[in-house]
Amino acid sequence: MRTDSFLRDRLIPVGTVIAILIAVWYVAAVFLNAPFERDTAARAGTEVTFAEILPRTMAQERPVLPAPHQVIAEIWDTTVNKAVTSKRSLVYHAWITLSATLLGFGIGAALGIVLAVGIVHNRAMDRSFMPWVIASQTIPILAVAPMIIVVLNAIGISGLLPKALISTYLSFFPVVVGMVKGLRSPEAIQLDLMHTYNATPAQTFWKLRWPASMPYLFTSLKVAVAISLVGAIVGELPTGAVAGLGARLLAGSYYGQTVQIWSALFMAAALAAILVAIVGIAHTAVLRRMGARP
Amino acid sequence: MTSSHASVVSARDLGLTFNTGDGPVHALTGVNLEVKKGDFVSFIGPSGCGKTTFLRVIADLEKPTSGTITVNGTTPEDARKNRSYGYVFQAAALYPWRTIEKNIALPLEIMGYSKAEQQARIARTLDLVNLTGFGKKFPWQLSGGMQQRASIARALAFDADLLLMDEPFGALDEIVRDHLNEQLLKLWAATEKTICFVTHSIPEAVYLSTKIVVMSPRPGRVTDVIDSPLPKERPLDIRETPEFLEIAHRVREGLRAGHSYEEHV
Repeated sequence: MRTDSFLRDRLIPVGTVIAILIAVWYVAAVFLNAPFERDTAARAGTEVTFAEILPRTMAQERPVLPAPHQVIAEIWDTTVNKAVTSKRSLVYHAWITLSATLLGFGIGAALGIVLAVGIVHNRAMDRSFMPWVIASQTIPILAVAPMIIVVLNAIGISGLLPKALISTYLSFFPVVVGMVKGLRSPEAIQLDLMHTYNATPAQTFWKLRWPASMPYLFTSLKVAVAISLVGAIVGELPTGAVAGLGARLLAGSYYGQTVQIWSALFMAAALAAILVAIVGIAHTAVLRRMGARP
Repeated sequence: MTSSHASVVSARDLGLTFNTGDGPVHALTGVNLEVKKGDFVSFIGPSGCGKTTFLRVIADLEKPTSGTITVNGTTPEDARKNRSYGYVFQAAALYPWRTIEKNIALPLEIMGYSKAEQQARIARTLDLVNLTGFGKKFPWQLSGGMQQRASIARALAFDADLLLMDEPFGALDEIVRDHLNEQLLKLWAATEKTICFVTHSIPEAVYLSTKIVVMSPRPGRVTDVIDSPLPKERPLDIRETPEFLEIAHRVREGLRAGHSYEEHV
């Protein structure tokens, strides 16, 4: 019987893929940044060889595609070398986005669960709400986000909450869909059993529907937390780019700071990965407590 | 009338018709039946004969469309609200996130028994179904037969005098089934409950019952009611005695007579 090996099962396959991606990235960086170096040399009236161009393509200030080590250096510089309260710190901006993400995720998850409970227990809600829930997601968030910011600003709400509400708008959807399915997942005989005990609807909910829905809840929470982050970043784009990862992306694109854009992108990706991992750990812990087969 | 002969289930001209997309389906027609206190009644017949439907009518899981039925002298709905029966389904229907003892505690929690009372009843019913020591296990850690025994323990945990069992051993292999049948008879003798038992196995019906109700499909109806002359004490090898084989033969004849073979057209 084979035993689990971290080296063989995880490190080697994942490491190989990462190594290939980095190699492709370097090659792409050289080819995408080389024309700028040739143009510069042509304007100066000098001839350059490929060997001379090569190191310069990886050290431009505003490259078309920054080399991986440039992005890593930028991330290092803006996280470790700057105070976390500084507006130049990526940690500061990440925290701004994260706080909106978490608030929006919290509201979205709660809203999603409440709607799902209503939809499962009330036929009228099932008929009238579900189409709207689905329709809400067909509207592009990029079109809705500025309107939410502007409307809320007009009634005096600004700052964290409008961004969080955009996260909510995206994140409640997978929770509604997942929880409706989860709360309806008990088998007919499990429900019949409750009927034979003359259980109240509340007892049926807490002792059967709610525990049965847990795997569905966590699966949708994983999706919800990731798109909450997307929502928070999108919400920062029309706020005038004050702070947050979205603001960093916007400012970077205004001033051609591609290294800054890429480092903000990587920070966002890392945040998303951490958030999904935390939900995943909670998922495993809850299911283990509920006696799931290991 | 003495209490030992009190009627537990009494059906008069009972009918149930399902309205489906393909027209009405007569699941039950003209069923007349008396189940007395302490009886072990088996319902036997091919698929579609309405045996499970009849059990579900007793349990108020289906509503009859004609005729009358009383359970413990009241309507099935009142009997259900009085929690006067325990129901054992074809599948164990244990809640996978609850341990065996927590599964047995489920009806007790719903019916508001105290924690101490719950513990006492869990211990007693686990012992009744020979599962002592398995209370802390989760359902998936038990075999199919043990799961079904746990579901019987759950139905026995509260004070219901009537036990409704819908092919509880149908999914188990013959050896396990023999063993559980033997245990069920002991349990019946020990608890003096009234049992209604749905099966499609002739030996099982004859071995277990004091009364065998033979049913046939299209429309679902009772074709024969056999009062078993077998003694209450029944070792497994009673199944080779002439008395046993004679009853089994009569059941088989009843099943054959009710079978119209129309479905082979």
